[in-house]
Amino acid sequence: MPFKKPAPKPGAAINEVVLGTGENAVKLGGESVLPFYGFDAEIANTTKIGIEVADVEFEDAVPGIAVLYAGATNAAERVVRAAGVPGVDFVCLRFESADPSGADTSAEDCAAVAKSAFDALAGAKPLVILGSKNNEKDAQIFDKIAAALQGGNVLFVSAKEENYKTVAASAGLAYGQKISPESAVDINLAKQLNVLITQMGVDAKNLVMNVGSAAAGYGFEYVISTIDRIKGAAMSQNDATLSMPIFTPISTETWAVKESTASEADMPDWGSVEDRGVSMEIQTAVAVIASGSNAVMLRHPASIAAVSKLVNALA
Amino acid sequence: MALKGLDIFKLIPKTHSNCKECGFPTCMAFSMKVAQGGAEITKCPYVEADVLEKIAESTAPPMKSLAVKLGADEGKIGGETVLFRHEKTFVSKTLYAFTLNASDSDEAIDAAIKQNVSVDYTRIGERMYAEFAHVSSPDGTNLTPLAVKAAALGRGVIVSTRNYDAAKSAVAAIADSKPILNGADKDNFEQFSALATEHGILLGVNAPNLEEMYELVEKLEKLGNKNLVLTVDTGNIKTAYEMVVQIRRTALMGGDRVFGYPTIVNVAGLTGGDPALQSALASLFTVKYGSILLLDKMDYATALPLYGLRQNLFTDPQKPMRQEVGIYPMNKGAENDPCFVTVDFALTYFVVSAELERSGVPLNLLICDAGGYSVLTSWAAGKFSASSIAKFVTEEVESKIKSRTLVLPGKVAVLKGELEAKLPDWKILVGPNEAVALVKYARELVGA
Repeated sequence: MPFKKPAPKPGAAINEVVLGTGENAVKLGGESVLPFYGFDAEIANTTKIGIEVADVEFEDAVPGIAVLYAGATNAAERVVRAAGVPGVDFVCLRFESADPSGADTSAEDCAAVAKSAFDALAGAKPLVILGSKNNEKDAQIFDKIAAALQGGNVLFVSAKEENYKTVAASAGLAYGQKISPESAVDINLAKQLNVLITQMGVDAKNLVMNVGSAAAGYGFEYVISTIDRIKGAAMSQNDATLSMPIFTPISTETWAVKESTASEADMPDWGSVEDRGVSMEIQTAVAVIASGSNAVMLRHPASIAAVSKLVNALA
Repeated sequence: MALKGLDIFKLIPKTHSNCKECGFPTCMAFSMKVAQGGAEITKCPYVEADVLEKIAESTAPPMKSLAVKLGADEGKIGGETVLFRHEKTFVSKTLYAFTLNASDSDEAIDAAIKQNVSVDYTRIGERMYAEFAHVSSPDGTNLTPLAVKAAALGRGVIVSTRNYDAAKSAVAAIADSKPILNGADKDNFEQFSALATEHGILLGVNAPNLEEMYELVEKLEKLGNKNLVLTVDTGNIKTAYEMVVQIRRTALMGGDRVFGYPTIVNVAGLTGGDPALQSALASLFTVKYGSILLLDKMDYATALPLYGLRQNLFTDPQKPMRQEVGIYPMNKGAENDPCFVTVDFALTYFVVSAELERSGVPLNLLICDAGGYSVLTSWAAGKFSASSIAKFVTEEVESKIKSRTLVLPGKVAVLKGELEAKLPDWKILVGPNEAVALVKYARELVGA
């Protein structure tokens, strides 16, 4: 008996969402099969890679990251450097300094920084904006930034249970940007947020889910299973309330764990901090991509190179 | 193909119709249960031996579970029943091998061994190391001495060659180690299969694509050999991924047992020596269905994320991972430094210990037995209570720690009063609700 390939019926397609404008716009999603299952059906768009830039300089950056931004004096310059890293599809600007328990940069100042970065990019790569993880403050800065970048088709990460109304009303409805509902590894919450936000009038095709992230080894099974289940529901059960593409900002997680931060003096057996951090970032990224994340956020140029190499080899 | 309940019913002798000796009310009910895997066919005392075999085979798991010898230990590969862990659980964790090439100089090989075996540590109760040494010599040159060297490393051995004479000599030299013989292909499979069978070892089957692999497995099964591992060694990432995924899917979705075997993925043959790409591929084939990965090398940069990933992925979704109960000094915490108590749910431990470490404040983290659940869950289940904390503190902590300051997780602030009554010598404080606030809390506590 010769080998008969399993031929599962392709599922319903994931929504295709466009970030940015013009010839450098990036498309996320659109697939109807699992990641790199090109043997089942053609895959519309490859997995996309974003590079993380903060509005302030990274603390204790490893050499590969420090070198990339050496001499850059402001966020706009850093964003331009980041956009030039090979393998990068879009740039993620994270407003760390907006945190009220930190520098508490005002929404107006954040908007000015975002505008300068957007102008400096000049459409070379789409822009994604991340907040400070303070729900109230993020709603404020997203409002001002979304207004300043109107027409840029920018993705705002994230709209959470606590602030989705404000974020969806301003960034989503008033300024027509893309928004990212965030649910911490909870498929029911993911679904609920998508429903609530679309009920407010935001087009489902303007949503990119952030379903939670963790570093490999840190409760990461929840991330994998959440993505597995969401893709299963969207594709095989045709659940339109979960068929948004998924963006997983992993670098803020992976560069915070012991494996990526413990010094060589403290952990002499472990070897180079940079090698460990890069490997943690690569492995975490590949695992979420293999489960179905349509885009990831990474920090180190070497991680971006490796993940991009793998994605291209599998496409 | 799997038998349905009705098919099994037809095979059961009707001479003792509905005798109930199997514990089920009717033969039909019993047959249905057997088909679903809920009962063993052997419970029926009247089934003939040949029928028994037929039914046992058809109701056996779709993917073989095979034992592998790992030095003094034993491991297992395969036996998976689902494609996604949330559907039930993955059962056999991916195992890793580092590669020793016979073409390298003795010095290079010794250096490689030294480096690879240095990665050996414990993470949440599990030993993390490369379970196999993979010795490779495609043409057979110098294979036996290298295999002997590898067999002395106290782990499993995989011998890769296409040369029968070399394979024969190497396998005989380390027969007690029960190596996996990786090298059967369409030209040599008869000899290789006989050699593997003679030594009672697993045979790695090599073919460049799915069709030829299928054909070769059928031929080997016809020779009576079902102790097989399917080796994906294509030199091309895309083909390798398709083969690994399709082999697993064919067995589990299609119920086709020709592909119901574990896989070996030669990752080393795909990396081109790039360690970053090795990290990427190791993660990919751990998440997607590789049973044994042959890596260039195992170093800490590869291992730390990889073993964490594997440990997470292969946890049973119904059984949480647990951190060992005990006292964990943070930032060189000593006996006079304050104690922070929390539960033994591994995720809680990781998050809390990371934040406490970040605070830079010397202290002691106490991990209490709470059944492996999170703070609120274990509290609700009565497994994390004033009594259980007090018992742990009096029995395990008071003899070792002189400080009498104990910080409770904010979410169980309600335990404060009762705990003060049970531990009158202690100053009981209530910490923050969220781990992220611990840095600030700990620093303020010691006035830093």
